Amino acid sequence: MSSVTPPLRISSHVPSRRALAVFGILAIIVLLLPVVLDNYYLRLMTTVMMYCVLAWSWNFIGGFVGYPSFGIAAFFGLGAYAGAILLSSKIIPFWLSPVVGATVCFVAAVVVGLPILRLRGHYFAVASFGIAEVFREIAMSWTDLTGGGMGINLPPQKPLFGTDAMTFYYMMFILAGVTFLTTLMVARSRLGVAFRCIRQNEAAANMIGVDATRSKIIAFAFASAFPGAAGAIYASWVGYIDATDAFDILISIKAPVMALLGGVGTVFGPAVGAVVYLVFEELVTRNFLKFHAGMLGIIVVVIILFLPTGVLSLVRQRKEKMS
Amino acid sequence: MTLFFQNLVNGVLLGGLYVCIAIGFSLIWGVLNIINLLHGSIIVLGSYIAFYAFTYFGISPFLAPLFVIPIMFGLGYVLQLGVLNRVVDQPVLITMTLTFGLDLILNNAMLYAFTADYRRIVFSTPFENIEFLGLIIPMDRVLAMGLALLLTLIFYLLLRMSRTGRAIVAVRNDRDAAVLMGVNVKNIYAVTFGIGSAFAAAAGCLLAIVFPISPAASIIYVGKAFVICVLGGLGSIGGAMIGGLALGVIESMGVMVAGPEHSVLIAFLLLLLILVVKPTGLVGKRGYE
Repeated sequence: MSSVTPPLRISSHVPSRRALAVFGILAIIVLLLPVVLDNYYLRLMTTVMMYCVLAWSWNFIGGFVGYPSFGIAAFFGLGAYAGAILLSSKIIPFWLSPVVGATVCFVAAVVVGLPILRLRGHYFAVASFGIAEVFREIAMSWTDLTGGGMGINLPPQKPLFGTDAMTFYYMMFILAGVTFLTTLMVARSRLGVAFRCIRQNEAAANMIGVDATRSKIIAFAFASAFPGAAGAIYASWVGYIDATDAFDILISIKAPVMALLGGVGTVFGPAVGAVVYLVFEELVTRNFLKFHAGMLGIIVVVIILFLPTGVLSLVRQRKEKMS
Repeated sequence: MTLFFQNLVNGVLLGGLYVCIAIGFSLIWGVLNIINLLHGSIIVLGSYIAFYAFTYFGISPFLAPLFVIPIMFGLGYVLQLGVLNRVVDQPVLITMTLTFGLDLILNNAMLYAFTADYRRIVFSTPFENIEFLGLIIPMDRVLAMGLALLLTLIFYLLLRMSRTGRAIVAVRNDRDAAVLMGVNVKNIYAVTFGIGSAFAAAAGCLLAIVFPISPAASIIYVGKAFVICVLGGLGSIGGAMIGGLALGVIESMGVMVAGPEHSVLIAFLLLLLILVVKPTGLVGKRGYE
C-alpha cells in the first residue's frame, strides 16, 4: 500500500532539539495559562488537549503503522463508560478513573486487535468502523450496566487542582503529556522503526525480522488506551454520558482529519492539526449552528483536496525554497 | 413453523431491496477502489425526491426511478469528475475521509432542508396484504422487491451489453490494459460513480414506499451495503444478490430470536465475523462479468 506522506527519511521522524525546546516552552506556557484564562478559554484549551490526545493516539496506528483506523470512538466511548460506571458506583477514586479507562481499553484493544489487524486496507477500515458500532449497540442494550438509552449521570467530584475547570484542564494536560512522550519514545525507538517498516511494506518487514503482528497490536493498543483515558476524563468533565455521545462517529473521523491536517506519521503534526482544527470547529459552531456538521464536512473536503500532507509540510516546503 | 416461514418471506422481501442498495456501492468499491460513505445519503436523497414528487405532483414512487436515475447520474458524474477523481489513486485513508466529508455536507444539507422529521408516503388506497398458505404477504413490499430486481437486471444488462459497461468491466479487471485499448479512464470513473449514485437513489425511491424517510437512516444504509458486499464478496452482481438476500433473511431470523432492537448489532457482528473468518466473502470472486 502506498503511504500518505512522501518517502521518509528516518531522521525526519525524530524532531530536532530546537523543535523540542520550542515545544517544551509552549508546554510550560500551557501549564501556567489557567492563571490568566477565564472559564470559556479554559474549556477550549481542555478540548484542544483532548483533541491532541485523540490525534496522537490515532497517529500510532494510522500514521506510523499506516493502518486506516476509523474506530477511535469505540475506545473513547469504552473508556468513558468504564470511568462512568466505576465512579458512579464509587468503586474507584476520581483520580484513578483515567488509568482504569486506559487499562480497560488497552486490554480490549489487544483482544479486538488480534482478529481485525489481520485485515488490510478497506477491510480494516470497515472493521474498525464496525467495532465502534458494535460497542455502541452493546452500550445501548446492556441497560443494567450502562443505563441503556438513559445514559449515566456521574457524581460531582472534589476538585484535585483548584477549581473544577482547572482539575479537568490539568488532567487532560497530564494525559496529553504522557501521550506525547509515548509518541516521542516510539518515534525514536526500534519499535518506531518496525512501525514504519510495516507501513512501507508489511511482507518485507516480516522478512527482515519485524514481528508485524506484535508491532501492530502494540500500536493498536496505544491508539486505544489513550482515547480510553481521555474518555474517562471526558465523562467526569461533562457529568453525563450516553451511547450516542460517547461513541459519536464524528470522534472517529476527527482524529484522522486532525492528523491529516497537521501531518500524518509525524511527531508534532497531530498536535498542530488538533489546534488548527479546533479553531475551525469553534468558528463554525459559533456561526453555523444549524449547518455545523456540513461545515465540518466542507473543512474535511478542503483539507483532503488541498492539504493532504498537512500544514507542517507547507512550512517545510517554504523553508526548503528559502534555503 | 408458520412464524419461521413468515420471517423467511419477510427476509426475502427485505433482501430484494437490500440487493438494490448494494449493487451501486459494490460497483464503486470494485471499480474505483473507493468505499463510498456518501452512498447512504444518496439513497436518502432518492427517497426524498420520490416523497416530494408524490406529495406535490402525485407521481407514484414506483415511477420515480425514471427521473431520479438521470438526475442522480448527472450529480454523481460531476462529483466524480470534479472532486473524487483528484484522489482516486490515493490510499484508503484519503478516499474514505473525503467521502465522509462529502457525506457530512449532503446529510446536513438534507437535515437543514427537509428537517429530521420522519416522512412517510401515504397512498390514498393502501396496498392489501395477501394471505397465502397462512402467510401474510404485504403487496407493497412485493412490488418494491419486484422493481428492485428489475433495476438489478437493468444494471446487469448495462454492464454486460453496453459499450460503456464493457469499458467499466475492463477498467475494473485491468486498468492499464484498458488504457492501452483506448478507454478514457477518468471518464469511465465518472460514469461508474454516476451509475452507482443513480442506482442508489433508485433504491431510495423503493425504500420510500416501504419505510419512513429520515436523513438519520443514511449511516444504517451504508452499514448494510458494507455488510452485503462483505457477505456476498465484492465485485459481482451475483455476490450482491446473494449477500443482500442473505442479510435480509439473517436479519429477519435474528430479530425473531433476539428482538427487533438488535437488528443493527446482528448485522455488524456478522460483518466482523465474516471479515475475520473469510474476508473474500461467501462467494468471493473477482470482476464484474
